[in-house]
Amino acid sequence: MSETTNSKTQKEPLFSKKNQKLLSNPLNKDNPITVQVLGICSVLAITVQMKTSLVMAISVVAVMGSANLIISLLRKGIPPRIRIIVQLTVIAALVILVDQILKAFVYDVSRQLSVFVGLIITNCIIMGRLEAFALNNKPWPSFLDGIGNAAGYAWVLLAVGFFRELLGSGTLFGYQMIPNVFYEFGYENNGFMILPPMALITVGVIIWVHRSRERDLVDIS
Amino acid sequence: MSNRYVFIYASAMVVIVALVLSSAATLLRPLQERNMRIEKMQNILAAINIPAPRAEAETLFDRYVTTTKIVNSLGEELEGDAFEVELQDENRKDIADRQLPVFIAEVDGEVFYIVPLRGNGLWGPIWGYVGLQSDLVTIAGANFDHASETPGLGAEIADREFQEQFPGKRIFDEAGNFRPVRVIKGRAAPDDPHAVDGISGGTITSNGVTNMLRDGLKVYQSYFEKIRTS
Repeated sequence: MSETTNSKTQKEPLFSKKNQKLLSNPLNKDNPITVQVLGICSVLAITVQMKTSLVMAISVVAVMGSANLIISLLRKGIPPRIRIIVQLTVIAALVILVDQILKAFVYDVSRQLSVFVGLIITNCIIMGRLEAFALNNKPWPSFLDGIGNAAGYAWVLLAVGFFRELLGSGTLFGYQMIPNVFYEFGYENNGFMILPPMALITVGVIIWVHRSRERDLVDIS
Repeated sequence: MSNRYVFIYASAMVVIVALVLSSAATLLRPLQERNMRIEKMQNILAAINIPAPRAEAETLFDRYVTTTKIVNSLGEELEGDAFEVELQDENRKDIADRQLPVFIAEVDGEVFYIVPLRGNGLWGPIWGYVGLQSDLVTIAGANFDHASETPGLGAEIADREFQEQFPGKRIFDEAGNFRPVRVIKGRAAPDDPHAVDGISGGTITSNGVTNMLRDGLKVYQSYFEKIRTS
C-alpha cells in the first residue's frame, strides 16, 4: 500500500483515486445489496412506492454517513470491549433523530414508513461498515465509505421501487404513468407487484442482470 | 483500558445521547403535535366522507365542523374542549365518569354527528370515527385506523374498501333498540343493515371493530335519545 505511506508525508487530496473508489465501489462491485446481500429486509418492506423508497434512501444515507463519521472520530477512545454497544448507541440515536424529523416535516411519509425507520437500527449494512471500516479509518474516508454504501443501498431501493410502483400501481411518485388508453384496451396493474415477495424477485432480477454484466462477481466454485 | 475508563466512557456517552435526543424531541414537539391535530381533523372529516388533503384540513374542518361538545353517559353536556379529549384515557374510567366527545358538522344544510371510537385489535389499539346522519340511526361514514395490525390482513380495516361498507348501515333496529353494526366472519347478508363483511384472515381485528363499535356507541345512547326527542 504505497498510497497509505504517501498520505502520511504529503496531504492526500480530498477526492483522491482511493477516496473516489470508496464512493464508487459500493455502487457497483461492492454493492451491499446485490453483492453482499445485506439489508434486504427493508428493501422488501418499503419499496411499494417511489416516495417511501426515496425517503428511506435519504434517511439511510444520512444515518450511515453520520454514523461512520462519528464512530471514526471516536475510534481512538472507544473501549474495544464495549465497541458494539457504542456503535449501536450512535446508530440508534441518529435513527431516533431522523424519525423525529420525519414526524415533524413529512408526517404522511413517516406514517407509511412506520416501524421501518426504527428498523434502520438493525440494518446490517450500517453496523457492518462501522465494524469493518470506520473503526480503523480516518473520518473523511469513513464518511465517504458510509455515503457510498448507503448510496449503493439507495439505488437498488429506488430501482426496485420504480418497477414495483410502475407495474403495480401504474404510477411514479403518485403521478399516473400508464396512459388511460392502455386501461381501456384491457391493461391491468399487476397487483402482485404490490406484495412483498415481488420485491424479492425484483431484487433477484437486479442481481442477475448485475452479475451477467460483471462476470468476475460470479462464483466459480 | 481499565474498567474505570469503560464505565466513565459509557456513562458520558449515555448522558450526551440523552441530552441530544431530548432537546431534539422538545424542539420538534410543536410541529409534530400540529401534524397529529391535522391528521385527527382529516379522520373526523373522512367519517362524513369529506376527503381533506393535509394542506386544507384545517380550513375544511373549521368550515364544516360547527360545534364540538363533551357529553357524559347520561347525555349531559360537560365543560371542555372535545378535540383535546383522549379516548385512550377515558376508556379506562368508569362509564359514568367518561368524557365523550361529539363533533357536529353541517354539510350543505345537512347535520352530521361524528363520534370517536377506540378499541383493541390483535396486536395493539385500533381507533376510528363514525359519522351518523341527523336521524342518529343511519351511519353516514366510518373511518378506522390501527397501530400495528398485520398488513394485508387486519390492517385492511384502514382501507377504503372495508370502510365503504358502512354508509347506510344502522345502529338501532326498527323497534328503536340499540343494535350496532357487527363485522361478520365471511360475508354478511346483503340486506342486513347491522352487519358488514369481515376480513379473511383478520378475524380478531374484525371482532375488535365489532366490540369497538358496540362499546364505543353504547355510551352515547342517552345523548342520542335526548337529541332525538328534543
